[in-house]
Amino acid sequence: MNLEFTYTVDPDDFTRAGEASADIKKKLKKMNVPHEAVRKVAIAMYEGEINMVIHANGGIITVFVNEDFITMVLADKGPGIPDVEKAMQEGFSTAPDNIRALGFGAGMGLPNMKKYTDEMKIDTVIGEGTTVTMKVNL
Amino acid sequence: MAKFNSVRLDSDKCMGCINCIKRCPTQAIRVRDRKAYIISDFCIDCGECIRICPHHAKLPVYDPVSVIHDFEYTVALPAPTLYAQFNNLEDTDIVLNALLKMGFDDVFEVSAGAEIVSEVSRKFINAHPEGKPYISTACPSVVRLVRVRFPNLIEHLLPISSPMDVAAIFARRRAMEKTGLPADKIGIIFISPCPAKMTSVKAPIGIGRSEVDAVVAIKDIYPLLLPLMSDSNDNYDIADSGKIGISWSKSGGEASGLLTDNYLAADGIENVIQVLEDLEDEKISHLDFIELNACPGGCVGGTLTVENPYVARAKINHLRKYMPVSKAHDVSDTNAIYLDREIEYLPVFRIGNDMKDSIKKMADIDKLQKRFPGLDCGACGAPTCRALAEDVIMGRATERDCIYFLKDYIGESCNISEK
Repeated sequence: MNLEFTYTVDPDDFTRAGEASADIKKKLKKMNVPHEAVRKVAIAMYEGEINMVIHANGGIITVFVNEDFITMVLADKGPGIPDVEKAMQEGFSTAPDNIRALGFGAGMGLPNMKKYTDEMKIDTVIGEGTTVTMKVNL
Repeated sequence: MAKFNSVRLDSDKCMGCINCIKRCPTQAIRVRDRKAYIISDFCIDCGECIRICPHHAKLPVYDPVSVIHDFEYTVALPAPTLYAQFNNLEDTDIVLNALLKMGFDDVFEVSAGAEIVSEVSRKFINAHPEGKPYISTACPSVVRLVRVRFPNLIEHLLPISSPMDVAAIFARRRAMEKTGLPADKIGIIFISPCPAKMTSVKAPIGIGRSEVDAVVAIKDIYPLLLPLMSDSNDNYDIADSGKIGISWSKSGGEASGLLTDNYLAADGIENVIQVLEDLEDEKISHLDFIELNACPGGCVGGTLTVENPYVARAKINHLRKYMPVSKAHDVSDTNAIYLDREIEYLPVFRIGNDMKDSIKKMADIDKLQKRFPGLDCGACGAPTCRALAEDVIMGRATERDCIYFLKDYIGESCNISEK
């Protein structure tokens, strides 16, 4: 059986960014998911959520849970990522100064998402949007 | 380990209203048969329900002052918050001597225990930097909260006993040396700002047993001390702590005793939860120490105190002024003050027996929640529609506990009977 949760991430609202990952964390903790996996999902999803707010005018996150793994699909209709390889480098950031002033945009978002998940795939089309799919094995 | 909670219900006073169920940070209370019922496994002894109940139906559990007659020799362990209850107090010896006049045979300040904990903590953190940030284990509610909700943070809990337990160890040692009495003839009596300390004595975490024999309330001791307090030349010199020790009574006090600026101090249970969530998600980094107190303002905000927490804090600041930073304590033998039992995760909020079961129940809860009106009115006795959905799926409630479901059911029943 597959469990599915869907969240809408609103654009440009930092005070609300993180609500989706907080809710997923709460739910997974009530299930028999190993707590290390809960933490990985929460951290990776939070980073993704923040990226969607900063770069992509928000989007939709869908989380699938089954007995073997948790899959997070973060889909946005943002500008797309011109150079995925470069974007994956630690410290590389295109965040504007006002975002950095808030303590974000350190260039660790995508690298952290990769670090905390077992699989990560980025599908991006310039001008159309990006879909990041992350998987955490249980 | 026996489950113990430091709050009881006065059924006669309970009106079955929704104040406590709404306020409880772990959603541990339900109204059933018009009375508030505490789900013991979920309760972390934070005292929020005691604070909010307009009918005073939530009773903190602690020992009566008469407990001092149960022992041949008694040592009072005043929490530093006690000093914050009195107006214009310039010298803690006035309070400490009043405790002797009240009938205690000896006094050992918890603030002295606190200074020992501060010193040992400084050394421990320096010797084990890999465990940073360390989370304070002084507040029993915080330790209980971490144990049931933040399994990933258990390894960050500072493995050192609370000032109360440390003071108790040293107080009993001293009393046994002084009197030659066996341990069980000596009563170590903590004068507490909060009932959670009762829980940490009855059902300790991290240690096998507490050396504290009884817990009495500051609010019960306070009126007995007032007439006995005088600044006379006959007073003994008892005070054995300085700024560091008495500052533990307020939020930030424990952290400042570590002599580092690299700390965070949060107080009030909802703020504490937010900090723990952020810490778990690695949104907080590079800190040495996280001080967390369930009560607003720190221990001065405990439910067994008399004075407003913020006024109490101001009084502590005033009292601190002419005190030495700290007194010198004998810390040559401190092995006993380290926690020696593993703190285990208690997954009390888990809904299923295994992953398959959990997925099925979570799906059912989500589905049912969508059918409820989403008003979170509390009329069903659960704090939110979500909580009721969970209760129904877990077999703790029925759909018709929701008044909207009940209304539809009655409507349907009437239609059937009309036909």
